[in-house]
Amino acid sequence: MTRPTAACPNCNAPLTFRWSSAVQTTCAHCRTVVVRHDVDWRAIGEVSDLPVDSSPIQLGVEGRVDGRAFTVVGRIVYAYAEGGWNEWHLVFSDGTSGWLSDAQAEYAVSWPAAPATPLPKAESLRVGLRLAHQGRDLVVATITRARYEGVEGELPFEYWGRGPMVFADLRNDVGGMATIDYSEQPPLFFVGRFVTYDELGLRGVRTFPGW
Amino acid sequence: MVAVAPTRVAGFNCPNCGAAVERRALTHTRAVACTSCGAVLDPDDPNLVILQEAAMRERIVPAIPLGTRGTFGGHPFDVVGFQYRTIDVDGAIYGWREYVLFNPYQGFRYLSEYDGHWNFIRPLPYWPAEMKDGRIAAAWDGQSYRHFQTALATTRFVLGEFPWRVRVGDRVAVSDFVAPPFLLSRERTSDETTWSHGQYMTGAEVWKACGLETTPPLTTGIFANQPSPFAGKPAAAWRRFAALAALVLLALVGRQVAAAREPVLEERHVFSPPPPAPQPAAGYEPAFVTEAFTIREGGTVEIAVETNLNNAWMALDLALVNTSTGTAVNVDTELERYAGTDSDGVWTEGSPNGTLLVPWVAPGEYYLRVEPAGNAETAFVLRLRRDVVSGLPYALALVALLLWPVFVSVRAASFEARRWQESDAGSGGDDDDD
Repeated sequence: MTRPTAACPNCNAPLTFRWSSAVQTTCAHCRTVVVRHDVDWRAIGEVSDLPVDSSPIQLGVEGRVDGRAFTVVGRIVYAYAEGGWNEWHLVFSDGTSGWLSDAQAEYAVSWPAAPATPLPKAESLRVGLRLAHQGRDLVVATITRARYEGVEGELPFEYWGRGPMVFADLRNDVGGMATIDYSEQPPLFFVGRFVTYDELGLRGVRTFPGW
Repeated sequence: MVAVAPTRVAGFNCPNCGAAVERRALTHTRAVACTSCGAVLDPDDPNLVILQEAAMRERIVPAIPLGTRGTFGGHPFDVVGFQYRTIDVDGAIYGWREYVLFNPYQGFRYLSEYDGHWNFIRPLPYWPAEMKDGRIAAAWDGQSYRHFQTALATTRFVLGEFPWRVRVGDRVAVSDFVAPPFLLSRERTSDETTWSHGQYMTGAEVWKACGLETTPPLTTGIFANQPSPFAGKPAAAWRRFAALAALVLLALVGRQVAAAREPVLEERHVFSPPPPAPQPAAGYEPAFVTEAFTIREGGTVEIAVETNLNNAWMALDLALVNTSTGTAVNVDTELERYAGTDSDGVWTEGSPNGTLLVPWVAPGEYYLRVEPAGNAETAFVLRLRRDVVSGLPYALALVALLLWPVFVSVRAASFEARRWQESDAGSGGDDDDD
């Protein structure tokens, strides 16, 4: 993996990359959000202030899913009325991206996917709505109105300072899941499955006093 | 390089009573009930809004203290919360206790206890499939779960930390589906459905997992997903019965093939009834003895009697007498044969022939002492064969072999009947959904 380096436009500290395709990153030194602009990196001027959080995942964690090795390179933090969750940006050894979501230590891994049928519009969403995907029905289990709480590390797109957004969480009856992210038009579609902490074989996780 | 996030989550003081409130489940906690006064607090709100005033009319002491660390499924978990919930079934209140377990990597698990029966419960992130017949198909273990009970559960008492905003008075519709030792539970509110998977544990197993020195609550009754002590035993007993019965039948066939059926005596006689009373029949003596014959090997002896009885009866008292020891085996038989014609046509009754089987006769020389009686002159033939097969011991063996599988099956069925008595299918009486 190449590690292009650049200087933080805000504080001039070196920006180091785990992933050559990063479109956005956060300066580890001053926590400024920095986005790629042609060959330059431009400071957005927004400091990524992360909320207090208890996820055992952190940047740099390595693991495997379905036999493919990944590194955690970035993260988006969401909050909603009843709590919050993390979407950890994974980069696999072949350079492709995936997401590890962590909501109260319940984990799922998903990948961007093309929906087989048109996605429901945000206005017509309701719990129980079915979406056929690869021979199985994904059912809308929850509809969450969330807000962006923070960001860190390397991301495959610009993602900062967004307003409230709607997410639909879908699941099938054999452990598969999907998320529709209505923050963009057309909505983003991610498909994956629920995973256990143990099966990811994570290395470099956060330690907790007493554990 | 690695982002610095605060790892310590401080406890705080209860704004209601001032007691120290611990936070063991880090920032995952959405509600915490003060262990001193029971006030339910929002740990994320800087002003610690009291979600609910202390509602502890009756204080319940958890059998497993909050803060206890146990090992379940190979991972350590802290007991961080406790709730007491009840259901109302036809006016009867049933209550059970639930413990919230936490591990920062594995997340949340639960322990439930009812009448000393325990379940280790993990939340299911996804929903299992509901089948047309109301059973639940679980993709991860291929089991089919049978509906046990649906009831409205109410939270009556809470203590410690919860990963959701718990309140005393929360009501959810709980449906349990069982495939012992497993339990699937669905909890439904108006806006959320969650599923969890439980595995039965005994109090002793839980106490060992938690390293507790105290005594677990007493176990009474049979729980929904309690594994039957007879699980699989009837099937095994019947399989063993089938194998042993096959052996018995094989032995019978072998015996039939090997039996000598050696004729040892054949004699023809004629019986004359005594002259009619009152004249005394001087010298009338119908009894006689046969020629001596040899039984070469110990075993069964068959005595076949063939007569020409016609509208008459005859009784035979027989004694098989050993010529050297004088010991005798006594048997008797009665034959009768009647025939005639009435409005329904020709009828017959009885049989002119009969067969007796002496189960064991030692080898040696014997004669047969015969004492006939009857009401008509009758010609009869006596045919003796040794080593003839008797089916009786084989039949007795089969009956004896049946005892265990029948016993085990009855016990297993009675255990299941007691289990299902507590279900909607059993308690309703009119609810015949299986």
